Amino acid sequence: MSSSKERVAGNVAGYVDDRTGAAKWLKKNLTKVFPDHWSFMLGEIALYSFIILLLSGVFLTFWFVPSQQDVIYTGSYAPLSNVPMSAAYASTLHISFDIRGGLLMRQIHHWAALLFMAAIVVHLLRVFFTGAFRKPREFNWLIGVGLVTLGIVEGFLGYSLPDDLLSGTGIRIAEAILQAIPVVGSYLAFFAFGGAFPGHVFIPRIFMVHILLLPGIFLALITIHLMLVWYQKHTQYPGPGRTEKNVVGYPLMPVYMAKAGGFFFIVFGITAFLGAVASINPIWLYGPYTPGQISAGSQPDWYMGWLDGLVRMSPPIETHAFGHTISWNILIPGLILPGILFTGMALYPFIESWITGDKREHHLLDRPRNVPNRTALGVMSLTFIMISLINGGNDIIATHFHLTINDIMWFTRIGLFTLPPIAFVITKRICLSLQRADRDLVLHGKESGRLVMMANGEFVEIHEPISAEKAWTLTQHEQPEALALGTADSNGIPAAKGLKAKLRARMSQANAEQIQTPTETEAKELEGGHH
Amino acid sequence: MKKLSRYRRHKFAAPALIIAALISLGTTFSIASALPNAQHMAVTSQSTLIEEGKQIFARGCSSCHGLNAEGGSIAPSLIGVGAASVDFQVGTGRMPMADMSQQAMRKKPAYTEAETAALAAYVASLAPGPASVTNEQLTFERDGNVAQGGELFRTNCAMCHNFAAQGGALSLGKYAPTLMGVEPKQIYEAMITGPQSMPVFSDKTITPSEKLSIIKWIKAAQNEPSLGGASLGRVGPVTEGLLIWTLGLGLLVGVAVWLTMKAR
Amino acid sequence: MSNELQKFSDPGLPEHIHRKADTDPAAAKKAERQVAILFALSAIGTIVLIGSYIFVKPNKFVFLPIMGDTNVQQALLGVGLAMSTFFIGMAAVHWGKTLMDDREVVAERHEFRSPESDRADFVATVKEQGAMAGLGRRTLIKRSMGVALGLVGLSPLVLLRDIGPLPKKQLETTSWKAGTRLVTDPGDRPIKPADLEVGAVAQVLPELIPGTERTLENVGKDAVLLIRLRPEDFNLNAERLSWTHDGIIAFSKICSHMGCAVALYEQQTKHLLCPCHQSTFDVTRAAKVIFGPAARPLPQLALTLDADGYLVAKQPFTEPVGPSFWERSS
Repeated sequence: MSSSKERVAGNVAGYVDDRTGAAKWLKKNLTKVFPDHWSFMLGEIALYSFIILLLSGVFLTFWFVPSQQDVIYTGSYAPLSNVPMSAAYASTLHISFDIRGGLLMRQIHHWAALLFMAAIVVHLLRVFFTGAFRKPREFNWLIGVGLVTLGIVEGFLGYSLPDDLLSGTGIRIAEAILQAIPVVGSYLAFFAFGGAFPGHVFIPRIFMVHILLLPGIFLALITIHLMLVWYQKHTQYPGPGRTEKNVVGYPLMPVYMAKAGGFFFIVFGITAFLGAVASINPIWLYGPYTPGQISAGSQPDWYMGWLDGLVRMSPPIETHAFGHTISWNILIPGLILPGILFTGMALYPFIESWITGDKREHHLLDRPRNVPNRTALGVMSLTFIMISLINGGNDIIATHFHLTINDIMWFTRIGLFTLPPIAFVITKRICLSLQRADRDLVLHGKESGRLVMMANGEFVEIHEPISAEKAWTLTQHEQPEALALGTADSNGIPAAKGLKAKLRARMSQANAEQIQTPTETEAKELEGGHH
Repeated sequence: MKKLSRYRRHKFAAPALIIAALISLGTTFSIASALPNAQHMAVTSQSTLIEEGKQIFARGCSSCHGLNAEGGSIAPSLIGVGAASVDFQVGTGRMPMADMSQQAMRKKPAYTEAETAALAAYVASLAPGPASVTNEQLTFERDGNVAQGGELFRTNCAMCHNFAAQGGALSLGKYAPTLMGVEPKQIYEAMITGPQSMPVFSDKTITPSEKLSIIKWIKAAQNEPSLGGASLGRVGPVTEGLLIWTLGLGLLVGVAVWLTMKAR
Repeated sequence: MSNELQKFSDPGLPEHIHRKADTDPAAAKKAERQVAILFALSAIGTIVLIGSYIFVKPNKFVFLPIMGDTNVQQALLGVGLAMSTFFIGMAAVHWGKTLMDDREVVAERHEFRSPESDRADFVATVKEQGAMAGLGRRTLIKRSMGVALGLVGLSPLVLLRDIGPLPKKQLETTSWKAGTRLVTDPGDRPIKPADLEVGAVAQVLPELIPGTERTLENVGKDAVLLIRLRPEDFNLNAERLSWTHDGIIAFSKICSHMGCAVALYEQQTKHLLCPCHQSTFDVTRAAKVIFGPAARPLPQLALTLDADGYLVAKQPFTEPVGPSFWERSS
């Protein structure tokens, strides 16, 4: 029986190769090796939630009416009957209450969107903290930054489509940001909305962008992202037998396929479970959008929350000069700060390699503690975002923890500037003490818990030496050396770019501030000393 | 009538008729004689009610609001606030205040309904103001329009009390309370008296029938079923974001750890 | 110094430890059964999904703890779908983990950098192709091509011009004119000063001119909040005081920051709060900003009475309402 199965498999393989000549290529790729680690699955969560978004999104388009035409609601949700509203809102109610499984699909779609962004962010953090963005993977880092940026836009457009009171408020704010852009702002706003806000063309326009333009770009970018991962082979964590020249893991077929393919279904299952048991974006409670209404606690979805928090904490600065107005209170938190943040993020691999002068390929990941400055910078940026995010929900926090919005606002206004540097210093200290702990572990072994009384009556805990594998994992990394400050060259001309060189030297010195990695020689000496 | 006329020649017809006539005569007389008496009693009971209210007021309220409800340095004058205001503030337990915090909180009422009515009568006797809302006025089940109420709520109430009547933050630690579990009468009284931070919604700008619609919508919101699953507090995207980062991502990372763990 | 010290050496891949199922057929059989059970659970999930789609009425509710009154069909459809997919995944992963070969494989990496000779060849080819095209020599072509390519980018911009009209004066104007009555929103009833008690607010819009319709674009600029205070509460200059009527003051409800509806009036403090970004305005001082990101007060609408005693606008807004824009002069 098995022989007949094998024959079938052989025939299929032969059939495919006869028509594509791909036997060699397929053989190579079907045995492609993928290293196994839970943190390597985070990007997969993002990929799979994207697929869930495509599937559930297609379902929703069958009934959604992307139109702001006025209609009178006659569907089955009684508290809104005979209320005038847009066709978009009415059709979303129709999907929710008059299509079996429609509300479930809507909720799956929205939960998957929140999950998509959350997974992208944790994946990005994993890549950042382990240094996986280093050469040769800078392109993929850039694509990733592009994807997270587009994801924010795509998510915003998506939850704006139902045209409910909350989403309309969000669009109103987006329009104000457009309008605040100097010189061309009012033109951009009128072009985007086809006239005065809200107009009648915005929903159909963002519908097209949401279901065609951006998903198309997503598909293209994700394809390139994955092809590069495939071609460059996955990075791996350091460990015994793992080098810069190899990759240790499971072959694509069958183990990785079973795990990764299975994981897709698991992500789908958990998203569907959330869609079944947890209400999300109950648009029927918000009511249809009209500019004269508002609800307490109007917030965007979480991935926009930090932006809203920044806007909330902005000081009230506007410039009026020569008959023109510049709204710094909108431009700085809404466009300039996020712009700086995302540009900095995109350029980070290049900045780091400029500082370290390291132009080699890296396939072994860093343990975050071994690169204290990078890790501290990451935690610092996260602290910045977290503080902004807290302020984005300050009204909800205020009512639930009996605080005042004014106090939270002042806390975040001050915290935005003070807490990130503090986070940097603390993280760096933690990294260095972890390095010290590693060093102690390698040189003195681990505490066995057994106490022994010495001849002089002193109690001493016996330390057991750690395994060779562990010792290698803790000591395999290189430590950076400080680059010397650009000295005068052979012709006696001082280094041309004085300030730049100084900055680079200073940062490189900061990178070199590390706990000396223990060596075997030291370990042997200590051992000799003990006995 | 046809049925009854069938018995008119019955042998008991005459005595029965006489007895019936006597009974009706007696009842009419007793009612007629009682009428002025009842009016008199109502007046006296009203004045005793006011007197009773005055005593309760002196004991429980005057230390802040002044002996004659004229107000003090820490509490406003109650002259002219009307019975509705007292009924709302005392009936929801907001008054007397537990402590001098930013805002009086809803709690278990300190006075019984009768004591509250007495207090209300006393305060109403000081100067005219909105009267307590009676159950006869609260015909929202019959006269309210839930969809119209929703529109009015979103225009006039949602900015403080949130889109699902769950309450929201005001400035400097004040807040608009949740409307879950609030009685129709109290909602109505709040609208006409404007307690604490809340403004007054006049009967001319929001008519009594519109107020009933608002109440009907709030009742619907209070009984709103979980159409899409657990409500997550109905406070918007904040709790949704919290859930995806804890439960959603937590479950998935847990699975990922299991998935990449070597089997034994 | 580090040169003198001997680093630890790589002990190489640790020896493979076999799983129970690799050596013990009973364990393998057990794992196989577990996988089958997981697949069966998935099948049950699909049956739940189909069953609830067909047999459960959409308006059936049941009370569940935490969830409250839950729609049965929505919950069962979701749980069925969740089960049917989740357990397929669990089965596949469990299969892969316990029964498929779990020996780790080592693959060598290739260096991305091509050998020097290939790189040189590549550079030479590019140069040769450039020379063949004659780009270096034919400057006229080069320049004209640059101009043409630069200009071609203009066409989509031109073609998109009709995407929307020019703003003209639309951001500066509203429907309020001298004598426009204030009417309730919703309800469209005109308002007399006596209709408002002290401490009352009313959401108002301009009265519709017969034969016209109120659009959302109008509401987005015209929405006004009417508040009544005690006249002595005001702290206004003479002009602004003359815009009030017997303690009644009106402000644009469209936030001067980002255009949300600022309708959150605190009667005791006489503050207006915007729920979007928490800008706080002091009503007694002509909506001066006292907290939050808004940089300008809310525009005040001048009030007076018409012949019938109804509240009307004394004049249009004297400044644009809503968020700032470049052409705004103050």
